[in-house]
Amino acid sequence: MNVTAANRQSLPTDVYLEHIGADALSIRLTGNWAHGATLKPVGEVLGELDNLQPLRLVSVQTHDLQKWDSRLPAYLLKIIDYCQAKGTEVDLSGLPEGIQGLLNLARAVPERAGDRRTGAKKMSALYKFGETVLNGLQDAKGLITFIGEAVLAFWALLQGKARFRSVDLFLCVQEAGAEALPIVTLISLLVGLILAFVGAVQLAMFGAQIYIADLVSLGTVREMGALMTAVIMAGRTGAAYAAQLGTMNVNSEIDALKTMGISPMQFLVMPRMLALVLMLPLLCLYADFMGILGGALVTTSAFDVSLNQYFYEARRIVDLYDFSIGLFKSLVFAVLIATAGCMRGMQCGRSASAVGDAATAAVVNSIVYIVVADSIITLICNELNI
Amino acid sequence: MQTPHITVTDLTMAYGDFVIQHGLNFTIDRGDVFIIMGGSGCGKSTLLKHLIGLQRPAKGDVFYNRRNFWQATAEERTKLMRRFGVLYQSGALFSSLTLAENIALPMGEFTDLSRSEIADIMSYKLALVGLAGFEDYYPAEISGGMQKRAGLARAMALDPEILFFDEPSAGLDPVSARLLDDLIIKLKETLGTTIVVVTHELASIFSIGTNSVFLDSETKTMLATGNPKKLLAESKDSKIIQFLTRGEGNVNNEA
Repeated sequence: MNVTAANRQSLPTDVYLEHIGADALSIRLTGNWAHGATLKPVGEVLGELDNLQPLRLVSVQTHDLQKWDSRLPAYLLKIIDYCQAKGTEVDLSGLPEGIQGLLNLARAVPERAGDRRTGAKKMSALYKFGETVLNGLQDAKGLITFIGEAVLAFWALLQGKARFRSVDLFLCVQEAGAEALPIVTLISLLVGLILAFVGAVQLAMFGAQIYIADLVSLGTVREMGALMTAVIMAGRTGAAYAAQLGTMNVNSEIDALKTMGISPMQFLVMPRMLALVLMLPLLCLYADFMGILGGALVTTSAFDVSLNQYFYEARRIVDLYDFSIGLFKSLVFAVLIATAGCMRGMQCGRSASAVGDAATAAVVNSIVYIVVADSIITLICNELNI
Repeated sequence: MQTPHITVTDLTMAYGDFVIQHGLNFTIDRGDVFIIMGGSGCGKSTLLKHLIGLQRPAKGDVFYNRRNFWQATAEERTKLMRRFGVLYQSGALFSSLTLAENIALPMGEFTDLSRSEIADIMSYKLALVGLAGFEDYYPAEISGGMQKRAGLARAMALDPEILFFDEPSAGLDPVSARLLDDLIIKLKETLGTTIVVVTHELASIFSIGTNSVFLDSETKTMLATGNPKKLLAESKDSKIIQFLTRGEGNVNNEA
């Protein structure tokens, strides 16, 4: 690798093309070809070769070459490829043995036709639109398949035939339930606080501070409690489900379950969906109380309403219907979050980036589903006057 | 005498209080193909992690050309590490990048080569490992053996002085494993690269190894170091003979 001699030191890094016969050419490489050297662009050399055609023989000489690195064989490969395409013979015997060995190695497995990807063609807008629609249809098909499988697994569960470990269910319940309490406490308390402040200023102008209790408790119980817990759990648990199942897919763990004759839908998806469906309504109930408490904090401290008055007013205005609407919503949201999370996880590709995509898609889908479902339920309730 | 390329002195490896190996002393010369061998779970891959800077020794030192690797500042260590190439067990290609981008990444980060030069070198490295034309494939789209070879191309991207291989032939068919061995030997011969291989493939050990260390999981230390062929011929240790003959060698006959 290190060919150094005093008399060669002075030669600059360069490429010389010299005729050694009517249709024969010598390519002489000189100077330092190691790190830091500036090389003549290989395109220029190929251009000069083009001007000198036709050539029968090209001989590469390296008497005056000093150090070299990978750029030299890469450079020579370009020239060799060019010459082969033109039908010119290349004589490499003037090269040091090391370079010859590397070049032989690099050409030992020639490129097979059809292996190389032709550069991405420019697609028309119509083509892209069609592709998007087809992908959407494919997605919808995946969703329907997943729902079908989940229903079958649930049916097996009802018949007592579903195969999963109860420990898994308890772990999932713990993850989706108790461990979510701190964040749910914080967020719903703050949301109650915000709701109170939003209404308080206007209501106080009419001396109607007591109605802050109505605003906060109705808003929280019917809407914000269910919505906020669902959004929290979509980001917390839905994403975790997608990432867990996706990683298991990457590690072939899901394949392993299948070959053992255990349905991954029953073994992995059921406990997760059940846990979320059981826990989200409970969390929602908890969030409702926290939200009302948050409102109480603002109202009693800043707007001259006693705690007793606040809770009396809240109890008067909120009835069981309002609570059941909130709980029903959170039940629907739980199914949606668990479906989106588990489905994206199960359909995950087999690479690190695919797991990230699955987690993102799970959260985005959950939130879209949640908001759409919420609007529909609210509209229906409005029509039915409940 | 020539300075050894890598020197390991009194190395102890441990996870917390749990000692994996202790009292490791060996040297690796420039241009060696050094085999780290031993039974499953004896700490071969852990030793590799200590050599390439992923895990700090509990005790002892690793020297590269007399530079103390673990006493150096983080900055110096990064500089030393830049002269390594590492081929991980399953290739460890970045799954979100194409093969071309995988190989070009270290060159783009650490050299001031132009884009076209990088592209030329990248194609050449892929051709070296027999993957000409696969530039635009993603790692998930090629077979495990091809991923491993692409990983080698990436490890070689910066013309490293030392190449580390973690179980290069694991998961390869015998012919591909043999081709990889040939490739390793050719790299050593043409580039003078020092090569460190973790393996328990006997065929590879004897065909490429010029030096080795044998780790034992029971005594938690090395039993021998030297040319594997010599070890087989001269060693009196029953564990080494058993390992190098797949348990078929009769130790009593040797003695």
